[in-house]
This record gives sequence, C-alpha cells and structure tokens, in this order.
Amino acid sequence: MNIVVCVKYVPDAQAERTFNASDNTTDRENVDGLLSELDEYAVEEALKLAEAGEGEVTVLTVGPDSAADAIKKALQMGADKGVHVNDAAIHGSDAVATSLVLAEAIKKIGSVDLVITGMASTDGTMGVVPAMLAERLGLPAVTYASELTVDGGVATIRRDGDASTQTITATLPALVSVTDQINEPRYPSFKGIMAAKKKPVDTWSLADLGVDASQVGLDAAWTRVESFAARPPRSQGQIVTDEGDGGQKLAAFLSERKFV
Amino acid sequence: MPATRLMPTDEAAELIELTREICRKDLAPEVDGAERDHTFPEKAFRTLGRAGLLSLPYPEEFGGADQPYEVYLQVVEEIASVWMSVAVGVSVHSLTAYPLVTFGSRAQQEAHLPGMLSGDQLGAYCLSEPLAGSDIASMTTRATRSDDGTTYSLKGTKAWISHAGHADYYTTFARTADTGGRGLSTFLVPADATGLSFAAPERKMGLHCDPVAQVMFDGVTVDADRLIGEEGQGMRMALSALDAGRLGIAAAATGLAQAALDAAAAYAKERRQFGRAIAEFQGLAFLIADMEAAVTSARATYLHAARLKDAGRAFSKEAAVAKLVATDAAMKVTTDAVQVLGGAGYTQDFPLERYMREAKVTQIFEGTNQIQRLVISRQVLAG
Repeated sequence: MNIVVCVKYVPDAQAERTFNASDNTTDRENVDGLLSELDEYAVEEALKLAEAGEGEVTVLTVGPDSAADAIKKALQMGADKGVHVNDAAIHGSDAVATSLVLAEAIKKIGSVDLVITGMASTDGTMGVVPAMLAERLGLPAVTYASELTVDGGVATIRRDGDASTQTITATLPALVSVTDQINEPRYPSFKGIMAAKKKPVDTWSLADLGVDASQVGLDAAWTRVESFAARPPRSQGQIVTDEGDGGQKLAAFLSERKFV
Repeated sequence: MPATRLMPTDEAAELIELTREICRKDLAPEVDGAERDHTFPEKAFRTLGRAGLLSLPYPEEFGGADQPYEVYLQVVEEIASVWMSVAVGVSVHSLTAYPLVTFGSRAQQEAHLPGMLSGDQLGAYCLSEPLAGSDIASMTTRATRSDDGTTYSLKGTKAWISHAGHADYYTTFARTADTGGRGLSTFLVPADATGLSFAAPERKMGLHCDPVAQVMFDGVTVDADRLIGEEGQGMRMALSALDAGRLGIAAAATGLAQAALDAAAAYAKERRQFGRAIAEFQGLAFLIADMEAAVTSARATYLHAARLKDAGRAFSKEAAVAKLVATDAAMKVTTDAVQVLGGAGYTQDFPLERYMREAKVTQIFEGTNQIQRLVISRQVLAG
C-alpha cells in the first residue's frame, strides 16, 4: 500500500509568531519552525499501517526551504521518502491554491492508495485542505478520524462527535484526515536520525507539476489579511475591595458576564 | 535560556533537539508530581530507551549509538535540566555497561550487550558497601568459585544502589581473593537470580525518583561466563568506570544548575519591588551573573575532560576536576537561586528548594568531593 502523508512546516507555537510587514503573510523566516504537531498524528498513523503490512510512506510538504525540516522529522520517525514542493511563487497561497499544489504533487507521485493528513494546521488553524484535496483528486474523503483501519481495500474510520460516534467506510484510494486522539506519535530515535540521512527527498517546482504560477500565491488567494495588530498586553483585572459587600460585588461581576 | 552548544556533528545536534523535545513533552509535565510522590520514572526511562538515548556512548553493533562522551554528556545535561533523578539514572545505567564494553570478552559482549543496550533494560551498579564507601578496596562481598569452575556464588551486602529492585541486571563487584584491591572481580548478575533481595529504599533528602537501597546477595549463583574479564581486574574496572561516571555526574550537576539559574532569572524579571523588576537591582543582577559564570565554567570543565577521553588521552584528573567544579557549582547556584526567589524559593510551590536538595548529593556520590581533591592533588603532585 502506498501512503502519502501531507505535512506542514509551521512556526513554533512557543515562539514569538508574527506577520510580514510587507504583505501581511505569516512570517516563516524569522521564527523557529517545526513539523506541525497535528501532522505528527498523520505520520504516526501512516507508519503504523505500513508496519502492519506491506507499505511505503511518502511524506509530502509544500513550503519554503526551511520546510525541509518537516520532511526530515517525518523521515526520522520512519517515513520512507519525501517530496518537497518549493517555489517562490507559492508564497502567500491560501487553502485553495495549497490544495491544488498538493493534488498535482500526489498525481505526480502516482499510484497512491491512501492520503493521510492532519485535521488542521496549527498556524492558520485552517481545516479545509483535506476536503479540497480529496475533491481535486476525486477521492472519497473521510475526515476527523479518531480510529483508522484498512482491510481488503476499504478504509474504516471512527469519528467521535459530541452526540454520536460514526463509523464511516471508504473504498481505496481514499483520503483520511486524523485527529489528535488517534494515536500517540513516536519520537524519532537515534537509528531513525541516522537512517533519515540516506532517504530520498525530491524537490519539485511548480513547473515540475505543470501548475501555472498565476494559480497560486498571494495574488491568486481568495482571502488575504488586510491588517494586523499585536494583541494588547493583558490589563490588570478588576480589584474588588470588600466593604462588607464583597460577596455581592463578586456575584454581580459573575452574573454580568453570564457565569452565574 | 537554553545552553549554547557547539555540537561536533549534525546528528549530535539532532540528538540534542530530540532530547529537548522528549524533555519538554514527556518529562517536564511529570517531574513535579513524581518527585512529590516518590514514583519510579519507568515511563521516562522507556521513552528515552526507545529513542536510543540510554546507550549513546556504546558501540552501534551492540545497539549503542557510538557517540563520543562530548555528546552523550550534553544529552545527560539536557535531561538533568528538566529531571535530575532521571539524568542520574541515565548516568548510572550507562556506567553499568562500562566494564563489559571495556573489559569483557567478545563472546560475553555478544551474549549480553544487545539486551543491556536495547533501551528496554535498566542496569544497577553495585560497588559501595555499608563499610566500604570511598575505600572500595576494603569491600567484603565475596564471590566463591565452585569446585568445577562453572559457577560463582556471591555473598554480601551492597549499599546506596540506585534502581535497586527496579533494575534488570546488577553489575556487581565482589572479592575473589584476599589481596586487597587486587582481589576484586566484576560480575553481571541478572535481576531474577535466586538469593538476590533488596532492603527498603533509603529515606533521602532529595532525588526521590531515584530509589536507592541496599542489595543483599545471599548465595547468589551465577554462571562463570558472567565474570567480566578476569578475576582480579575488578578494581581497575571500578576505578576506570568511576572516571567516566564522574563525568556523567558533572554533566547532570551542570544541567541542574542551569535549571536553577533559568528559574531564578525568569523570576527576577517578573517579580517587582520598589516599582521595578528586582532584576534591575545590581545586587541581584550580579548574583545572576555569578550563577551564569558558574554554570558555563562547569560545562566547559566537563567538556574538556570529555574531549580528552574521546581522544583516547588520560582524563582521570580532569574528570575529578569536572566533578568537583560542577557539583560545587550546582550547590552554590541552587542555593543562590533559592535566595533570588526569597520566601517563594523556600516553598514547595517552586522547584528551587528541590533543586537545592538535589544538588547536595552530587557533592557526595560518585566519589565525595574530598576524594576528588585526593585524586587531583595526587596527580598534580606526583613524581
């Protein structure tokens, strides 16, 4: 079974994240980045499937030079090879364009049985790419899987909702997006770190995929950030002085905000 | 702030990254509760073992990572900056394979090392005895060879043994002849050996996740091929392993001091008195500067000794210097860090008082700092 895992290189949520002043896009240069933690679940699920049977895991990312680190991490965890789509024209792309580039890359990888993605990105918190990607590839999309089994050419997922739990099946080839409940991603190991150095990573441009630059990037985006401002520092809370009516004031405060 | 590290290779830098990630995600959320409840950090060791971080300085062909001490020790330091008990455990565990790797026969290494270095097993190191601490040549635990020469029977009591009752094997020193230091030998004792038992853990001042207890050998019989090297080599193995082990403790103490410094600096920037952050008072800022100088020089000292060892040069004196400098630094820095936090530092709501308790033992174990001075002065004044 050939599995492609789509991953994203995102700014570290623990670092100071900001936007580029020039075009209001996410600053990906002046901040430490990493393989999106939500995508680690997708990598782990792919590795488990590959280990359980015959399978090869290709990890695919779209991003600037630094995004190679996301591929490296997935290879260290155990993926077999990487594909990095890297083209300056992609800068500023929205979900629509990203899904186009991913779809063309997956077509070029060829004979894919299963595409696995995370449930959302941790930087833009965008969660529509899996569905868009499935649409472009003409694949059934089974999303938000908290459990995945593949048997006899059928993928079965469990989707946990607030009121119900759904079991959904899809015939392969299919696309599955996974939640952070599905598994516990492994750490790389020393052996994995050493092995990753020898694994192949292809780097493709838009031209390699036959995608015209006018279809992607900030100018083609359906939405763009008009302006941004840093969140103001937290102001000091309201101090209630107890003059015999502290309890009443506290209750009034809570009731005003509909807490009681 | 994280320590600035100049790693010798890309993979070494990636090992440090991996260590930091495991520490941040797995160890940091557990340490406070586990130290409070005296829980053995089995999951932490399992996670580190699976990542290959429990066997870094040993040959790749037996499951190690062939990493120089320079790299292995910085991994220990990173772990210590988050969880001192686990870092000490890693150092002790690493020591347990040292006699077999350095002195064992090829056949013994092939038989035992893959398991010991797999990351699934944890070792204990049985050297000290109730009446033989610094003076190891006076040990009385005895190993008697059977008449047909196929087995040894061990009898005696070992003291201050980390991982007692939790370990999978016990690297054990025992007397095979009444010739003082020349009569000691080293054995690899499996945890399920008949006659092996453990006393209740010592009630210690700190390092509560590092259970330490007496280990009793009551006629423990092991096959003769579990004698590492030859009879009489025990003292040499013990001393040479101690040189390496001292570097592990120096690195762990450095990490502990770094943790205390980081906590103190963060607090000093937040805590306001007289209308400004207390970090802006020079009396306090200079205290922080002295702490940074102590941590940085401790690190430089152990790395110097490690690089000598990695180059195959003599490093015994430098290892003793590193152990002395780094553990004294840890004591001073953790004490000063409590001072920076004032009353808060004295409470268990902050980890500083724990750091201070943990630092104390580093001046005692793996050779007291008085013994380090003995080692250093003898070498300086020799000839």
